[in-house]
Amino acid sequence: MLKTKVDISYLKKLAREMRKKILIMTHEVNSGHPGGSMSLVEIMLSLYFYKIKYDTTNPLWDERDRVIISKGHATPVVYLTLAKAGFFDENDLMKGFRRFGSVFQGHVYTGVPGIEFNTGSLGQGLSAGIGIALSSRYKKKDFNVYVILGDGEIQEGSIWEAAMFASHHKIDNLCAIIDYNKIQENGFVNEILSIEPLKDRWESFGWNYIEIDGHNFEQIFEALDAFTSSKGQGKPTVIVANTIKGKGVSFMEYNHTYHGRALNKEELEKALQELEGEK
Amino acid sequence: MQPKPTRDGFGEELVSLGYENEKIIVFSADLEDSVRSEYFKFKFPERFYNVGIAEQNMVGIAAGLAKEGFITFVTSFAVFLTNRAYDFIRISVCYNNFNVKLCASHAGVTVGEDGATAQSLEDIAIMAVLPNMRVVCPVDYLEAKKITRFITNEYGPFYMRLSRAPYPIITSETDKFEFGKGKIFMEGEDLTIISYGITVSESLKAAEELKKDGISARVINMSTIKPFDEQLVLDSAEKTGAILVVEEHEITNGLGSMIARFLSTKKPVPMEFIAVNDVFGVSGKPYELLEHFGLDYKNIYNVSKKLLKRKKSNSSHKKNNQ
Ligand SMILES: Cc1ncc(C[n+]2csc(CCOP(=O)(O)OP(=O)(O)O)c2C)c(N)n1
Ligand SMILES: [Mg+2]
Repeated sequence: MLKTKVDISYLKKLAREMRKKILIMTHEVNSGHPGGSMSLVEIMLSLYFYKIKYDTTNPLWDERDRVIISKGHATPVVYLTLAKAGFFDENDLMKGFRRFGSVFQGHVYTGVPGIEFNTGSLGQGLSAGIGIALSSRYKKKDFNVYVILGDGEIQEGSIWEAAMFASHHKIDNLCAIIDYNKIQENGFVNEILSIEPLKDRWESFGWNYIEIDGHNFEQIFEALDAFTSSKGQGKPTVIVANTIKGKGVSFMEYNHTYHGRALNKEELEKALQELEGEK
Repeated sequence: MQPKPTRDGFGEELVSLGYENEKIIVFSADLEDSVRSEYFKFKFPERFYNVGIAEQNMVGIAAGLAKEGFITFVTSFAVFLTNRAYDFIRISVCYNNFNVKLCASHAGVTVGEDGATAQSLEDIAIMAVLPNMRVVCPVDYLEAKKITRFITNEYGPFYMRLSRAPYPIITSETDKFEFGKGKIFMEGEDLTIISYGITVSESLKAAEELKKDGISARVINMSTIKPFDEQLVLDSAEKTGAILVVEEHEITNGLGSMIARFLSTKKPVPMEFIAVNDVFGVSGKPYELLEHFGLDYKNIYNVSKKLLKRKKSNSSHKKNNQ
């Protein structure tokens, strides 16, 4: 459903609540990836509450926009967003996440309503997104494809093979969103293997380049709108969203050790307090 | 000694080896924290590279250095290292026969909550099929140290399968690791259970249960998977007349398939196989998943009984035909 008017203060409230739940759900199973979920909250909410068309009563509606979560470890924020959007009951998610017998698998899984594509091995989502975007030509359906990438993830060579193909074949219903949270599993992205200069690289690969603050709803909306209004020019779009890994909790921000580690009880209490105080 | 993951033994021994041998160069594709190759990084930063999330590039670079006489270690999760970089492993490493050691953790369903994409259940099959590649899997933390040392000093490509989950310590400091040899961890006459990794411990537990029923099982730790110990397998087939292979791996083309192929020409005996049956893994706790996939001691006990029935009816059938 296309949301024409959105209440940003409501989304901010949701964002704060989701950040708490990300920390709680990973704490309860003592596993999962909180850091790269915290960085993606505003982007996911903007897609599902502002931009994309979907029908929760018919998740496979053929006119829907497709969102591919290439960084498949971001299940906490992704599943929570889908719950908020109405695809399933949030209680089932909180009870089932990462547990034996539940559909809410540790990495993004199509058994969950609203999920388009199984992921968890980095570097595969952009190619899949291209294939899905190409299908709209044959199906004669006008939908858009959004692919969520990690900044460390784009070190995979396959991303650049895909990037070349997308511009060569003028795939302009494709929008890659890079969660530029500056951190990968073992440290800072640009210290481990620099991905810069991002703008020059993507532009030289034939893409429209947009850079924004990935925690600012207005900027995200504007970038998403710039993508859809660029359609017809025969160029794919990349939105580089500057974000903070672990956003909202002082001791998690920019700290790579919270990439794949849940908070312990003490840390959780401290973190929830901080998020409570956040305006 | 408390249970410990085999990745810890690998990481610690690699540091000792780093002091002894300056030719060792270690790589990670952004998983040195998980695989424990960061222990080496902390001590020898000038001989360590995190190549970024780029497994095939990592394997290619390691092959180039190995060509020039260095001993290179490439480390990642088993799924990403073996699957993502496969063609590079096949050509750059194995066809060239270079001195590259592939050391991969997070093998099997005991990875746990991360689920299917992280649980490697095909690695033994696709590594063992490559000419020049040798495949090893330590049974515990102590054996992991010894195997790490062995593969460093032995020329050529090796694949070492390591765990995230803590494994019970079932060997001792003084036990020797002999490449290409299986080890009898428990002697028995009625059947032989052959396994590697965590399921050796489960097999030993199952054998204890079988004892209560008056059944004696020989239990073998086959930590060299390729080349596996043909002599010991043949001896076990002859002496016990029934073989059960248990592995935390897909049922197709694992150690069970290799042993069955061997025995079918040398000494066919009734066999059973416990492995993951052509499905992907799922999220859950490590031991919950072992049980779900039938890799726990209870199922090993049950299948052993079933195998013994087949062995009996087989031998009475033979007698009737005499
Ligand atoms: C092919 C592959 N290699 C390695 C991994 C292990 N891994 C999971 S997440 C991660 C770091 C990802 O960093 P980034 O893309 O920056 O993600 P984010 O910061 O958004 O969490 C790594 C190395 C993987 N999932 N897939
Ligand atoms: Mg990142």
